[in-house]
Amino acid sequence: MPIIPLKDHSQELRLFESRVLVATVFGVLLILGLITRLGYLQVVKHRYYATLAQDNRVSPVPITPARGLILDRNGVVLADDFPVFTLQVTPDQVPNMKRLLAKLRRLVALNAQDIRDFQRRLAQHKPFQSVTLRAHLSEAEAARVAVNLTRLTGATLHAQLRRYYPLGGLATAAIGYVSRITQTELQGHNADRYVGYREIGQMGIEKSYQNELMGRIGYKDVEMDARGRAVKVLKRILPHAGHNLYLNIDAQMQAIGEQMLNNRPGTVVALNPRTGAVLTFISSPIYDPNPFVEGIREKAYEALATNPDGPLDNRALNGLYPPGSTIKPFYAYAALQAPWFHPHKHIICPGYYHLPHSTHLFHCWRPLGMGRVDLKSAIERSCDVYFYRLAVKQGINRMTRYLADFGFGHRTGIDLPGEYRGLVPTQAWIKASGRPWYPGQTVITGIGQGPLLVTPLQLADAVATIANHGIRMRPEVVRGIVNPVTHHVRFRKPHAYPALPRRRKNSLKRLIRDMTQVVEGPRGTARGIAYDLPYKVAGKTGTAQLWSMVPGYKGQHIRSDALFIAFAPVNHPRIAIAVVVEHAGFGALAAAPIARALMNFYLLGHVHVRPQNQSRPEIAQARTTP
Amino acid sequence: MTLFERWHIDKSLFTALAILAAVSLVVLYSASGESLGFALGDAARLAIGFVVMIAIAQIPPETYRRWSVPAFVIGVVGLAAVLGIGVVRFGARRWVALGPLSIQPSEFMKLLVPMVLSWFFSRSHLPPRLGRIIAAALILLVPVLLIAKEPDLGTALVVLLSGVIVLFLAGIGWRTIATVLMMGAAAAPVLWAHMHHYQRQRIYILFHPQADPLGAGYHAIQAMIAVGSGGLFGQGWLNSSQAHLHFLPDSTTDFAFAVFCQEFGLFGNLALLGLYLFIVYRGLRIAFAAQDSYSRLLAGSLSILFFFDVFINMGMVAGILPVVGVPLPLLSYGGTSLIIIMAGLGVLMSIYSHRRLVN
Repeated sequence: MPIIPLKDHSQELRLFESRVLVATVFGVLLILGLITRLGYLQVVKHRYYATLAQDNRVSPVPITPARGLILDRNGVVLADDFPVFTLQVTPDQVPNMKRLLAKLRRLVALNAQDIRDFQRRLAQHKPFQSVTLRAHLSEAEAARVAVNLTRLTGATLHAQLRRYYPLGGLATAAIGYVSRITQTELQGHNADRYVGYREIGQMGIEKSYQNELMGRIGYKDVEMDARGRAVKVLKRILPHAGHNLYLNIDAQMQAIGEQMLNNRPGTVVALNPRTGAVLTFISSPIYDPNPFVEGIREKAYEALATNPDGPLDNRALNGLYPPGSTIKPFYAYAALQAPWFHPHKHIICPGYYHLPHSTHLFHCWRPLGMGRVDLKSAIERSCDVYFYRLAVKQGINRMTRYLADFGFGHRTGIDLPGEYRGLVPTQAWIKASGRPWYPGQTVITGIGQGPLLVTPLQLADAVATIANHGIRMRPEVVRGIVNPVTHHVRFRKPHAYPALPRRRKNSLKRLIRDMTQVVEGPRGTARGIAYDLPYKVAGKTGTAQLWSMVPGYKGQHIRSDALFIAFAPVNHPRIAIAVVVEHAGFGALAAAPIARALMNFYLLGHVHVRPQNQSRPEIAQARTTP
Repeated sequence: MTLFERWHIDKSLFTALAILAAVSLVVLYSASGESLGFALGDAARLAIGFVVMIAIAQIPPETYRRWSVPAFVIGVVGLAAVLGIGVVRFGARRWVALGPLSIQPSEFMKLLVPMVLSWFFSRSHLPPRLGRIIAAALILLVPVLLIAKEPDLGTALVVLLSGVIVLFLAGIGWRTIATVLMMGAAAAPVLWAHMHHYQRQRIYILFHPQADPLGAGYHAIQAMIAVGSGGLFGQGWLNSSQAHLHFLPDSTTDFAFAVFCQEFGLFGNLALLGLYLFIVYRGLRIAFAAQDSYSRLLAGSLSILFFFDVFINMGMVAGILPVVGVPLPLLSYGGTSLIIIMAGLGVLMSIYSHRRLVN
């Protein structure tokens, strides 16, 4: 019988038991050591470590840099920083809260509501967290607290810089505003960048130049005592102040424009056609951005948001308007590229137009018609029938294709966030819309009605392109970025879009001549602004008809938007301007005088007005001294 | 047949683990700065752990014995793959990407090494002869060296420990043990010379935490402050200033125990320690009741390894062991390590509940 190696189970079990016994003894020793150590830390040295936890807190405190200033082209401050003082209390460092509050009451104004809010916040925070007792201390109050701080155990005074817009609502459409960073904005990649910052640019320049304006955060490692006061600063990394921005905007010109619009809904955009510099950027009615910095009260916001004039809309950037007759020079430009088009050929305007095989009449704005018109007089007098016919002859695709030369249907690339593209009914758009395109729509698109929509900024950039003989510049709000320490200026380089082909450029000369007739010509629609002008203006008026979308009145005609585009001087253009005044009727009457005043101011240095019509400009003058 | 019996669950073990899970939720909610989302994530993680444990308890230990070797080989291949194609995170190559998951094969070794060594020793008489001991040591050194190469010294040491426990339980002679210890003492200076700078730093800091209070000693000092300021009764739940003011790093993972110490004090610590020791005690009881040497060795080594996991983490927080990245079982937030711990406990339950009731 072979020897089978039988396992001796009871012997193996005994061996195992003895080994576990040894391990247990070892384990018990380890545990006893651990418990001894824990007891040593938590009982014997408890007081020492509790003091360490309480007293010797080295904590990194962020030093927020000053946000960069925003100044106009002449150095007028448009966005500034000023210090605000906040009184805070850390509850677990206060020996007697009642007595502290009584002491503080003698130093700063504290009403019952402040105390109630404070108690509420106390309940929400942990005892070792500091809680705001009162914000916005006056300088006198802050000084009184600062002097007595040694007797106010548990109270601390915090100074912070806050954004302030000294000129109120001036140019808010371009500058935008800052407000407190919300939790959602802190999510993701922003979390680390904005540690220590309270404010973040929400709109306009404040948003698009956030990186330049915010500077770089600094830190100091502060050793705190049991009262939460800084004992000493161990290490300090200084912050870098934000860069200052010089704008192309002229605050005085901006004020004149805003004053002339007088809070009627409307917008003005003025550019330097050679550089694209944005001289004026108005969206009216204006509103004061200062309440937004600290968080606007709900009621005040409600009032702004429900205002039928829509002050919160950025009309210059996001307003979508039918361009009306101001679009006519651009269609004429398209036609001038065609070999079959003869600008000198006359047509007869009988005051109406109808498509072949149709009885529907499209009227001219002059019911009795204008008689014989060629391209020159059609632009000068803004003949609708001439452009109805031109539209039908060209067809919608040709008309819209050439609009791209002036940037219609595309973003201008201005350094402001959230720009709209407008709407050009190109072939692709018509296809995507899924609806049939009727010949009648081509007819009305020929005078700037129908689905075609432009933003005032696009309109200004387009007229600047004409003025600049076909070289379209990117509009720039910011002129230069200044390092506040070295005073080194980084100028924004003007950016030109690809120039038009020479042949197309040549047709612009004729257009400029014809547009000059709008102001200078004997029958020009804007001849009313031509008096006493020492320089020549080229322009085009427009009146965009509107139909109400309000239920009950749907489809009814409401008062038209007045539009005017212009540039001056004609030979060496220095300013191009687009004005829209909503519901103001004829463009020549409502919009053109505003353009005249701004061009006068920019080119001559004063607003020249007729003596009998002085009410509005006079106010404008009063406002312009900043 | 009760519900627990039908599902092969050990009732007392399960109860203790459930209490620990609840403690984990309570502590991590506070340590994460009262983030409900974090606590919910922890709950989901614990739920998965329990599911894994119960699932593993369903399979009889015989199956594990048969699969010990193939699983170990796959694990070693995984470790080799980490060195080859692994993902580098925090300066160490420890993860291998599998689609959306990233797996740390070194963690699995905490389970696979005891399994394979238990299998190895259960095939022969115990105590083993010297030849088998050397063979076992070689088997053990393969994963340990691979992990140390990543580099992940903490896990390598724990894996080494898990193997040593099996060797010890298998009954190697005291003379052999004494020899190995002396050789180890002799080799220590060589090892020290081959360690990374930060690893040496950690051991040095253990004895001189004040040498670099804002650098290498920061973890140790802040943890000690948290522990010490807890006192006898603690500061109370949600009042750990060390965690809430962000003085304590890794407060939800490796240093969760420090938060517990500050909030619940020495009495809380003793209760928590009692809970852990009960689990170890229960595991050893299961080992005694096991019916074959494979199950016995495996259950015994897993229980003792669990003890060391607890001890190493608590010792690290209390400042008697260097700062190594070993999480506290169940309490710390962590994915793979929790799954492995729960799987080990599932194996324990399987061994206990699949006993043959003959005799």
